[in-house]
Amino acid sequence: MAAFKNAKQLADHRKKVVASRPENRKAIAVCAGTGCKAFGSYKLLDAFKKELKKRKLDRKVELRATGCHGFCERGPLVLFFPEGMLYQRVQVKDVEEIVKQTVVKEKVIDRLLYQDPTTGKKHKKEEDIPFYKHQARLVLKNNGLIDPTSIDDYIRIGGYNSLVKALGMGPEKVLKEVKAAKLRGRGGAGFPAGIKWETCRNTESDKRYVICNADEGDPGAFMDRSVLEGNPHSVVEGMLIGAYAIGADEGYVYVRQEYPLAVERLEIALDAARKQGLLGKNILGSGFGFDIHINRGGGAFVCGEESALIASIEGHRGVPKRRPPYPAVCGLWGKPTNINNVETWANVPPIIDRGAKWFASIGTQGSTGTKIFSLVGKVNNTGLVEVPMGMTLREIVFDIGGGIPGGKKFKAVQTGGPSGGCLPEKKLDVPVDFDTLLREGAMMGSGGMIVMDEDTCMVDLAKYFLRFLKFESCGNCTSCRDGLMRLHELLVDIAAGRGTEATIDLVEELAQVVRDTSLCALGSTAANPVLSTLRYFRDEYEAHVLKKRCPAGVCKELITFRIDPKTCNGCTLCRVRCPQEAVVGKKGQVHKIIQKKCIKCGICKDVCNQDAVIVE
Amino acid sequence: MDVKLKINDVEVSAQKGEYLLDVARKAGFEIPSLCHHEAVRPIGSCRVCLVEVVAGGKTSLTTSCNYVVEPGIEVTTDSELIHKMRAVNLELLLARAPGARRVRDLAARYGVSRPRFAPVDDNWLPNCILCELCVRVCEHQGHSALSTLGRGDQKKIGLPFNRPAESCVGCGACYSVCPTECILMKETRTNRTIWGQTFDFVPCKECGAPVITEKHRDFAIKNQELPENYYDLCEACKQAAASKRFASVAW
Repeated sequence: MAAFKNAKQLADHRKKVVASRPENRKAIAVCAGTGCKAFGSYKLLDAFKKELKKRKLDRKVELRATGCHGFCERGPLVLFFPEGMLYQRVQVKDVEEIVKQTVVKEKVIDRLLYQDPTTGKKHKKEEDIPFYKHQARLVLKNNGLIDPTSIDDYIRIGGYNSLVKALGMGPEKVLKEVKAAKLRGRGGAGFPAGIKWETCRNTESDKRYVICNADEGDPGAFMDRSVLEGNPHSVVEGMLIGAYAIGADEGYVYVRQEYPLAVERLEIALDAARKQGLLGKNILGSGFGFDIHINRGGGAFVCGEESALIASIEGHRGVPKRRPPYPAVCGLWGKPTNINNVETWANVPPIIDRGAKWFASIGTQGSTGTKIFSLVGKVNNTGLVEVPMGMTLREIVFDIGGGIPGGKKFKAVQTGGPSGGCLPEKKLDVPVDFDTLLREGAMMGSGGMIVMDEDTCMVDLAKYFLRFLKFESCGNCTSCRDGLMRLHELLVDIAAGRGTEATIDLVEELAQVVRDTSLCALGSTAANPVLSTLRYFRDEYEAHVLKKRCPAGVCKELITFRIDPKTCNGCTLCRVRCPQEAVVGKKGQVHKIIQKKCIKCGICKDVCNQDAVIVE
Repeated sequence: MDVKLKINDVEVSAQKGEYLLDVARKAGFEIPSLCHHEAVRPIGSCRVCLVEVVAGGKTSLTTSCNYVVEPGIEVTTDSELIHKMRAVNLELLLARAPGARRVRDLAARYGVSRPRFAPVDDNWLPNCILCELCVRVCEHQGHSALSTLGRGDQKKIGLPFNRPAESCVGCGACYSVCPTECILMKETRTNRTIWGQTFDFVPCKECGAPVITEKHRDFAIKNQELPENYYDLCEACKQAAASKRFASVAW
């Protein structure tokens, strides 16, 4: 295929692709996102391929490997078109039956449908499942529909049409549109993208850069990964439009080394776009030229901070610099540089396509559009959810997430990644937007959302995140490097029952110094897990230091395992499984734990069928 | 171009691009610091030169060493808040470097004599406060032999891959700039040992006193285009020779 010389050639090509693949054509879409891949979706693809060939259906039925659908808990996921029916937890052994029954006879295989665990109702279509029903998918919309390795798939659904439109509008109008849409950066701080673009554009220079920040380092977060893996062209198109508006001719995607699949699919996308003349010189005959390099990060969390990221691309250590000057004025190699994250860039094509007014009508006044969250932790439906800004935490956790598994009680939800804050039950009805979360002591961050139930100890949680952050600080500032190290030490003391009320006071004092005197956003937010848990769960800290008790039964030094003689039926399971031989008792008789030998691993509690192991 | 600003309610003018710490000190205001040196780029590591700046109606706590002055800003160099924040950062540094005199003295001025934290259990480079002055001065001289290793609370100062650095010329700049005197350097009349390497001195052709390390001489002559005999004499003999020449000049 030759490169498109102008917009008409692209439009003609789209017509051809659409005609060759009519809407009502049968297609099987197997999720090939990282989660489903781990569940064995590539084997599933092979099995479908063989089965279709065997039945000579391979020309009639299209088999597609798509990006992440978000419902990772239920993978591997298989979607059937044109019906839009979803099968979940599909195994290789199901493939023959699926092709025979569902593809040929158009019969539904009941056991592969999703069943709502609360209502017991089975749902055929993806859109009817509560997990999807309450979402508003704007960025993730096409993830389950297209093959991310095929540029034609993207072009077929209108891809690169926004670029054509933007080239027709001229840079100023594009900029005006993005500003009017009030798009805020999805990477964490929520800075208005349009204003950043404008600053970069208005800074006098012979050269400008745009960067896509794909250094998604928050534990448990995989929003940007899914977009890059599932719809890389949407990011490329967003960057193209941004570069055009800003007046940049070179771009970088800074992506984590830990995301090999994202890098692979992005490379394929960039190659295809170059071959089609959508990257390079004189794009679609407009005179505008732009190309994108991939830069792989070495795994430092701090490189997600924009000035550290730029230092890293330049070949230096990933250490943040003082801002101002902001990158939009003095960035990569001293040139004005506009940096946005993956999700922000992916929001640009729909804004140009459907207009600022439409985009601004979604979400709230101050936070427009949607936001993707990776909903993880103690929640029934873990996965990626995209919701309009302003939806309440309760709706996300309970309506979409399906609540807490095992009938446990909700305790807190942490938003914003490791340096986010924990919000308690009484804050479940706050709307999720940039400003409200910040006001409540949490933050939007890049969209991590970790749900915790009554079995989570908040001191232990703060300790966990502080441990992560003390390793991931770049180590430049005393307050961040030594402050976090000391905070972690103090939390270890509290968790071990060595703390006093003075320890809590010192934690609070030090946390404020870390927040207020560190150079970059890593340091200034790193104390959030401590400050927010102290704000909402101070009683738990006090229980640890005053009563030497861990109310959630987590902190090992403060708990003991005991077997309730009334409920133990002497089945010997705990005795057999105890790695320390700390459990004694004859078969059929009540067992006992020798405290001296017990290492509090909790295996006895996990294996007991009678719930006879008590943690105190 | 002049930049006009206010420090502690006093009008001060500065050059465009100047750093606030330098401007304030020139104007006679005292701001403590440990990681600052006029010769090298500021990084804001020690967090001791904190000041309060009002810019565009917003007040912020910021380090002054890496703050480029802006017109119209109002700076406060001491307040209860500043004092407290400096004190806690000094307390953290003192726990890391209890044997460093400068840190001890400064901490004492902020009322910190015994930190509430346990000493750092690390014998890599005792009393090092990771200010990176050694790294920056080495880089500034064109050697880049020293580096920071690791990150977070594991961060250290050392040689890349922990092997003697080829680019080290034994100049000793790192040693002389270190605020906590934690870099080990040993000298005899004929050589200097630093960072795991021994460098022979160039002896003065007149008196035999050490002038400079041989490797440093070669580097300097090559890179600064100095005459080959530039380091033949020690400073004292050079002066003596100069005055002799001076005396023989017919006026």
